[in-house]
Amino acid sequence: MLTQVITFLIFFAVIGCILYGRRLIKTEKIDAVFGNPERALGGTHWIIVGSSFLLLIWLYYSWDIAKGFYPKSANELCQVAKVNDSLLGLKYQFPIEERELKSTSQIRKENNNLKKLLEEIKNSKELNNQQKVILAEFINKTNQLIPLLTNDDLLENETKEKINSITGKINLLTENFQKSDYPFETDQQLNERLKAVKEQGGWGIVKVSSGTGSIENTLEVPLVPETDRGLKFDAAAKELNLISDEFFKLRNHNPQFKTQIQNIKSEIKSYRKSLDETQEVASTYAKNIVKIARRIEFASIYPPNALDKMQDAIVKFDNAKIQAQGGLRLIDIFLFPAGTIVASGPSCSEQGSGRWLPKPSDTFNKFILMSKPSVGYKDIPLLWIDMVDVSKIIGFILPDWIADILPGEYPVHTKDGVVKQNFKGQVLKFVTGDFKLFKIPVPYGHIWDSFLRVFLGLVFGILIGVPLGLFMGLNRFAKGFFDPLIELYRPVPPLAWAPLIISVLGIDNTGKVFLLFMVSLSIMIISARAGASGTQLSKIHAAHSLGASKKQILRYVIFPNSLPEILTGIRVAVGMCWGTLVAAEFLAGTTGIGFVENVAKKYFQYEVIWITIFIMGMLGLLFDVTLRKIIDKTIPWRGKG
Amino acid sequence: MSDLISQNLNMIFKTPKGDTVHALKDLNFTLKKGELLTVLGPSGCGKTTLLNITAGFIRPTSGNITLNNKEIDGPGVERGMVFQQGALFEWLTVSENVNFGLRMKNEDPNKTQKKVDEWLEIVGLKGFGNTPTYQLSGGMQQRVALARCLINDPDLILMDEPLGALDALTREKMQSLVLKIWKETGKTIILITHSVEEALLLGERLYVMAPRPGRIHKEYNLPFASMGLKEDLREIKKNKDFSEKREEILEMIWNMEEEIMGKEI
Repeated sequence: MLTQVITFLIFFAVIGCILYGRRLIKTEKIDAVFGNPERALGGTHWIIVGSSFLLLIWLYYSWDIAKGFYPKSANELCQVAKVNDSLLGLKYQFPIEERELKSTSQIRKENNNLKKLLEEIKNSKELNNQQKVILAEFINKTNQLIPLLTNDDLLENETKEKINSITGKINLLTENFQKSDYPFETDQQLNERLKAVKEQGGWGIVKVSSGTGSIENTLEVPLVPETDRGLKFDAAAKELNLISDEFFKLRNHNPQFKTQIQNIKSEIKSYRKSLDETQEVASTYAKNIVKIARRIEFASIYPPNALDKMQDAIVKFDNAKIQAQGGLRLIDIFLFPAGTIVASGPSCSEQGSGRWLPKPSDTFNKFILMSKPSVGYKDIPLLWIDMVDVSKIIGFILPDWIADILPGEYPVHTKDGVVKQNFKGQVLKFVTGDFKLFKIPVPYGHIWDSFLRVFLGLVFGILIGVPLGLFMGLNRFAKGFFDPLIELYRPVPPLAWAPLIISVLGIDNTGKVFLLFMVSLSIMIISARAGASGTQLSKIHAAHSLGASKKQILRYVIFPNSLPEILTGIRVAVGMCWGTLVAAEFLAGTTGIGFVENVAKKYFQYEVIWITIFIMGMLGLLFDVTLRKIIDKTIPWRGKG
Repeated sequence: MSDLISQNLNMIFKTPKGDTVHALKDLNFTLKKGELLTVLGPSGCGKTTLLNITAGFIRPTSGNITLNNKEIDGPGVERGMVFQQGALFEWLTVSENVNFGLRMKNEDPNKTQKKVDEWLEIVGLKGFGNTPTYQLSGGMQQRVALARCLINDPDLILMDEPLGALDALTREKMQSLVLKIWKETGKTIILITHSVEEALLLGERLYVMAPRPGRIHKEYNLPFASMGLKEDLREIKKNKDFSEKREEILEMIWNMEEEIMGKEI
């Protein structure tokens, strides 16, 4: 429903915006000259068109439009797929989808094989003449088998009747299939089917386990037929399976053929027995001849026109099937781009872009579901608030050795088995957070973890990188001393460090924060250094003449002058950290957006994968927009000095 | 005695190629308190080097230079400097720029604000106190630079082509301002310029310097600066005496330039 409304809205928005844009071009005179950069200014309406197109492409290629407008189509196409699969074996016997009869192609193939083998035997240097004569005779006899199968006169009545019976069954099915009330379902069958339909759920529905609240793998396309049309195909597929089995059990073996093939087999068998170990080559050739004979025995080879009626029956059914599909065929062609459900056969899965491109509606549903703190992902919410006692935070921040360095001893229990608390003991309780104060909300969850890692890595990088960078920009010793260290580790891709750092510092936050610290440190050092060394000499001279001390010049001239470079560096560092973090979370860890994506990948949860992609995009955008705001506020003079 | 005295001042630079450049050679001069000296010369004659040594940014190779009998061995508040491009701190507003020197001395902000406002009025920037400096025109920026330098009450003001980057009209206004400030404050000023007219108009004394090695080629004592305090500057330019001096100096500099060219060819 929502998809339908949105699709219509997008259509109208696109048309409206295009009309508006065209009118604007005609009325606005500032646009007159090509090459004027002002022509690129503004244009919110084109932004709407652009985003609408993106959304429309997404809706279309994820088959959400098909799902929105024809929610039953997938289930019906799935039934069609079942029929196609059942009919496939029979169809291959005839020149319907192939160019020639299966019998014809098999005969040609075996004749060729025999010819090739004969040629080989004649030219062989390892066989003596006597062996060659015997083997050639075997080949000749095998070749004589084929006319025994293709001769109309030799075709047995029993086989003829069976072929007629199968043809009749197909014709009957075709006749029934065209009736509106086929497959004549009883009330009990109908109720059972409807119950099954209810249980299996709809196309692309998100199933949530009510116990744990976790998201289970979802069924792509429901199997049990929901509609009357679907039921028709389902029933026909079942019947066709039986008919097909019957046909492939049928063998065109008349008495002459049976005796002939028995003879060949036994002759070759006794010949092979008579050979000793030195004549292995002849034995192998004889074995290959038997193989061909057996292939002829089990192939469905019939006289040229014996199956004509059956072919007609199948073509008729095929036509009836196509007719019964009706508008479904158009839906399949136009609303299931880049693939279809029919291709998947009886397994009824989405084959094509609908498979890896989740439907916006499903993705949205899943996102809402995952956002619930009780569901989350792997028992951890995406982003939620936990009430934490302040004492825990104090205990985390204050180091425990504060208590150790106090004079005195920790309390010891007395003879009576009582522990009397003293001051030192109280301090220890305080610094370890072993007390109760009041609770404050603290965010946690996958998103928060990722965010915090980037934030901490960045903050440490800035706190150490900026002073060091400024120092290096101003001091020859600092530049020379730290340059080798930084230039050695900086060009290494951060991910190359990840395995080492994660194995040393652990898969928890420490390792990742340190990795991100390394990433941001080098960027901050380089940008702060560039800022410091780029200070105009005249400004420094002016500050000196105005009586500023070295410290004051650093604080009031060099630092603000390097701010543009530093802030640009932070922007670059945020991007780098963000990219590195996700990859690092791929490698190891139990929380974070990258972790979620990695797990989702293992279970083919395409919706979750796309949700993580969106979350990362949004968070990256948020970082960047915030920084851009900060930059505009703090260094309005940039590029104007 | 608050004179600027230079004795046998020598400055020799080494280029990265290893050649030596004699930027200043045996410079001797005395500048009395309250005098306005303009320095003129073709490029490469050591004008800016002289100013940088006086400001204390670089040390002379030999010889010494004293202000108030104290040897100059580093930058100091008693020698204010005005640069060609203003060298304002663009992260600060106009009044914060002017206030910079006092802030470095940790003076009481309430008192300094009054002083800042006074100086802004003198240089004609009343009401621009909260404007960011990057929004100012070139002439206004130089006014801020002037106020920023003067608020520290220096004994000597060094100006390195302060009006070089301004258009003709603004330049004329600023020349009057410099003369006005010179008269009202009685400061000693050294002003370096490329413009012969400016040097003649503003200079109570004028040094024409010659290059390779940098030295004082000729010295003038001029009446025009005192005239400029009373008369319109444009009137002075029409003065016959002024024109003669201008032609004389121009020819002098032309000859110097030709000499250099000849040397190089």
